[in-house]
Amino acid sequence: MKQHISILSPTAILGYGFPESSFRAGMARLPNAIAVDAGSTDPGPYYLGSGQSFTNREAVKRDLALIIEAGLDAEIPVLIGTAGGAGAAPHLSWCLEIVNDVLVELNQTARVAHIESDQMANDLITALHQHRISPLGPVPSLTVADISESTHIVAQMGVEPVIAALKEGAQIVVAGRCYDPAVFAAVPVMQGFSEALALHMGKILECAAIAAIPGSGSDCMLGTLDASGFVLEALNPDRRCTVTSVTAHTLYEKSDPRLLPGPGGVLDLTGCQFEQMDDRRVRVTGTQFVKSDQYTIKLEGAKPVGYRTISLAGIRSPDLIAQLDTVLESVKDQVFQNFGEIETAEVKLLFRCYGRDGVMGELEPMRQAQPHEIGLVIEVVAKTQALADTVCSFARSTLLHIGYPGRQSTAGNLAFPYSPSDSSHGLVYEFSVYHLLTVDDPLTPFPRRMQQLGIRS
Amino acid sequence: MMLSDLATVIRSKNAGPFELTFDVLFANQDDYQQVVASKQLSAESFAELYAIELADVLSVVEFEPALAIKITIKRARSSGAFGETDVYGAQQHAPLLSLWIPN
Repeated sequence: MKQHISILSPTAILGYGFPESSFRAGMARLPNAIAVDAGSTDPGPYYLGSGQSFTNREAVKRDLALIIEAGLDAEIPVLIGTAGGAGAAPHLSWCLEIVNDVLVELNQTARVAHIESDQMANDLITALHQHRISPLGPVPSLTVADISESTHIVAQMGVEPVIAALKEGAQIVVAGRCYDPAVFAAVPVMQGFSEALALHMGKILECAAIAAIPGSGSDCMLGTLDASGFVLEALNPDRRCTVTSVTAHTLYEKSDPRLLPGPGGVLDLTGCQFEQMDDRRVRVTGTQFVKSDQYTIKLEGAKPVGYRTISLAGIRSPDLIAQLDTVLESVKDQVFQNFGEIETAEVKLLFRCYGRDGVMGELEPMRQAQPHEIGLVIEVVAKTQALADTVCSFARSTLLHIGYPGRQSTAGNLAFPYSPSDSSHGLVYEFSVYHLLTVDDPLTPFPRRMQQLGIRS
Repeated sequence: MMLSDLATVIRSKNAGPFELTFDVLFANQDDYQQVVASKQLSAESFAELYAIELADVLSVVEFEPALAIKITIKRARSSGAFGETDVYGAQQHAPLLSLWIPN
């Protein structure tokens, strides 16, 4: 077994970019693999639900061109986790097409494995009946309707399917939804390094230089693992890894910084030591991985909830702002009275009041002061776009001209920044599944396929 | 003193689509220990500050290796569901800034 293994993480999300100089500095260190996370649930349910990517195709292609060319040149694997942003079938196809375009432009060919993470509704309904699905945190219990109404349900794979693809000779692995550290830990675990240290290193590398100071999601980081620990190093000389920057990152986007559950077990950081090696490097030791009795994987799903239309307007009249809630209630009443046949279940109407509680909603504690202006969003979600457009339009025109006690500005209540005033958003989604599924083995839920992509010379 | 005078980082972010997590980070042991000892970042005080049910405060973790206190709460709705105000959960921290920490 090697004494050291290095993994290069070019960027926090594929498509977020990175300076070529940092990347070249990383390649000069002769890494054993280039791994990159391409996804997140952060941008919300739309992307998983619709099959769209939240990253831009040209930006992803730019990053992949540099990564793939360097990986093939150095004869090291390139691993892409949560391809296309959410890792469902359309996201995988989108990413594979970009990989192929890059290979064609490089006049290269490569063995590309892709690993699916979509879970079939029928299998999940069976699993639900067998009590193999449980909520993950403060999540409602899963129903058959949640499953069947979801457009995509993916599961997060661990390192095992990625290792299998590498063993089958993949030069490039395009993985569906992944546990974020999986693509970073796969090569070290395959070569016999500690799973605990490899996964912990992956936890930090998946955000690239966010764990450095000054932090950046668009710059490269190198992780080097040995038998007893790992070393983190930012590849841009203007950034440094410090004990503070690395430990602070350990907290990021997690509910408990000490125990980090993932596929097949829990990373236990309770006994971790973070040590400043020199100005720019931090060494981490002492991570434990506690395997669970049953292998569980995280499911994520999104379902359509209707079509959205919004209208944006400002309010500057103090008398209207003072009685805004009452006025908005009467607008709502007029809308629903006018369209008597509309079931309230078919239409949801909402007014957002920026300048008051638009950012925090019910969590906003500052309720006493009256703002001098309000940014208003009229929002409608309905079962068809036509219905959402109609209701939004009617709510907008009603509010524009509605009277209220003491009204002096009788020409109109709203300042519109745009003409047209309303925009239709199309189908919108919500997270419908965020649960744990118990499985018999880590490979079966994630079928793999190998193909030769690019041009044969 | 206010919490913003003692902490170097006060931030909020989603921890998955159903939870919101708040991180308060300090530059040194003294500031960290002062806030820990004040018990002003307890589940009870947090529930009061944000006017939420105590049961919706899922955890408060004092993590000394990072000189950090972490509070995780249940989201009012899953990220991006109808009525969402902050899909990433990144702007829910402001009430913490002026939290009063006695000496």
